[in-house]
Amino acid sequence: MDFELSDEQKLIVETIRQFVQEEIVPLEVNLDPDASELEAEDRERLVAKTRAMGFYGLDIPEEFGGPGIDIVTRTLMAMEMAQHRAGLYAPCYGVFGGAGLAQLYEANDDQKERYLYPVLRGEKRGFFGLTEPSGGSDPARAIQTSAVRDGDDWILNGEKTFISGADRAQFGLIFARTDPEKGRKGITCFIVDTDAPGFRVRRVIHTLRSSHYATEIEMKDLRIPSANVLGEVGGGFAIATDRVSRQRIPYAAGCIGVAIKAQEMAIEWARMRKTFGDVLAVRQSIQWMIVDNEIDIRTSRALTLAAADKAHRGLPFRTDAAMAKLVATEASGRVVDRSMQIHGGYGMTKDLPLERWYRELRIRRIGEGPNEIQRLIIARDIIGGAFH
Amino acid sequence: MSSIRLEKPWKPLNATEVDGLPGQLGVYQIADDHEEIVFIGFAGGHSQFGLRSELAQRLEAAEGANHLFRCEVTMQYLTRHQELLMIFLADHGRLPIENKEQPSSLGRLRLA
Repeated sequence: MDFELSDEQKLIVETIRQFVQEEIVPLEVNLDPDASELEAEDRERLVAKTRAMGFYGLDIPEEFGGPGIDIVTRTLMAMEMAQHRAGLYAPCYGVFGGAGLAQLYEANDDQKERYLYPVLRGEKRGFFGLTEPSGGSDPARAIQTSAVRDGDDWILNGEKTFISGADRAQFGLIFARTDPEKGRKGITCFIVDTDAPGFRVRRVIHTLRSSHYATEIEMKDLRIPSANVLGEVGGGFAIATDRVSRQRIPYAAGCIGVAIKAQEMAIEWARMRKTFGDVLAVRQSIQWMIVDNEIDIRTSRALTLAAADKAHRGLPFRTDAAMAKLVATEASGRVVDRSMQIHGGYGMTKDLPLERWYRELRIRRIGEGPNEIQRLIIARDIIGGAFH
Repeated sequence: MSSIRLEKPWKPLNATEVDGLPGQLGVYQIADDHEEIVFIGFAGGHSQFGLRSELAQRLEAAEGANHLFRCEVTMQYLTRHQELLMIFLADHGRLPIENKEQPSSLGRLRLA
């Protein structure tokens, strides 16, 4: 069993680490502590650099112009890219490009022309509209947004909540119930233009994550042509859950990146901060916090890379991804909490990134499937049989 | 539930009022003497004395104009600032005259 990185992976990791240290961290001195966007000229300059490095569009499939990075290397990169103040929810402020909505890669040719390719060209943005006020963990039951056939069109009525980016998007994927009798097989995915009559973003939802807000959207007699059904009628649940296991792996990796940085800060502080005549690093209580941090980081890292490796080799990895997400999100929260404690009063200030990471990591225990759901997935696999 | 507007009573933008402001972070609106909003700003993590220092700077920039202000303490100052700009844009089709943000960089709300 070889846990060593390949020479290529080592080079990529070092390149990203250097990029973060030399290009991203210096810019954060002048940004608000809760900022999540760069000034336009800085962003353009850094996007040109990532393109020149061959790393722009990391998550775009190779057949659509992406760089063809395997998931293990992508996971290693995610750990590096998160190691700055805004790194958890805005790793490198997006200068490595996004992939857009992964579900669009399965769209038909007409839909790709109208939505996917404009996204890849940077002309359009989309949102993912699954969660409703009635629930998000159990969309098969919770979805109440209805879609009723009317000639060649569908009429949508309902609402979605905790939707990121709907206010800035030109379109979105909305999951609606087309057949109330069929459970998960009665859900269909629709591509909805945000300037369509009947669609509105009605409010902003402020959360712990003070750099980004979520939104609440409403569909009222919203008419959608059949040409905007993504996939098959009744096939929406499969679209919603496709790729969700894979996405949990870099999601976990981002948390680990932040934890690594917090631990580095804690060690540096413990080495220099003096109390009662000596540095904190000689105090057993501090040492044990740093040791517990290290254990949390290494176990999370090992689980996450193991999940990535299985995904890369084409083996079943759903349970491994669930475990990685569960462990990394909870462990990283503990690491940042201990690092704040070691920093004392300074750990609570906006002068340091710790308080932002503390708030943002709390959300990671809910996002991409709450950790209770991850436990259900793991239990189902270990114990066997379908859960209900 | 609709977006939340900042609807506190206006106060005169003068030294007495500004000196009494908290040093906390938050958002504020500046209006002319017709209560027409001319600027929406925030006191963020880099502000020296929070709302007090931000409004002190606005008072100095006002150069004797009879401006009004109101403010709200919030740690979610960035997203609240964006929300207030989005609400103003939805109401008026433009941003306050002294805000330099590009409307295209803001999200769109459609209020009831």
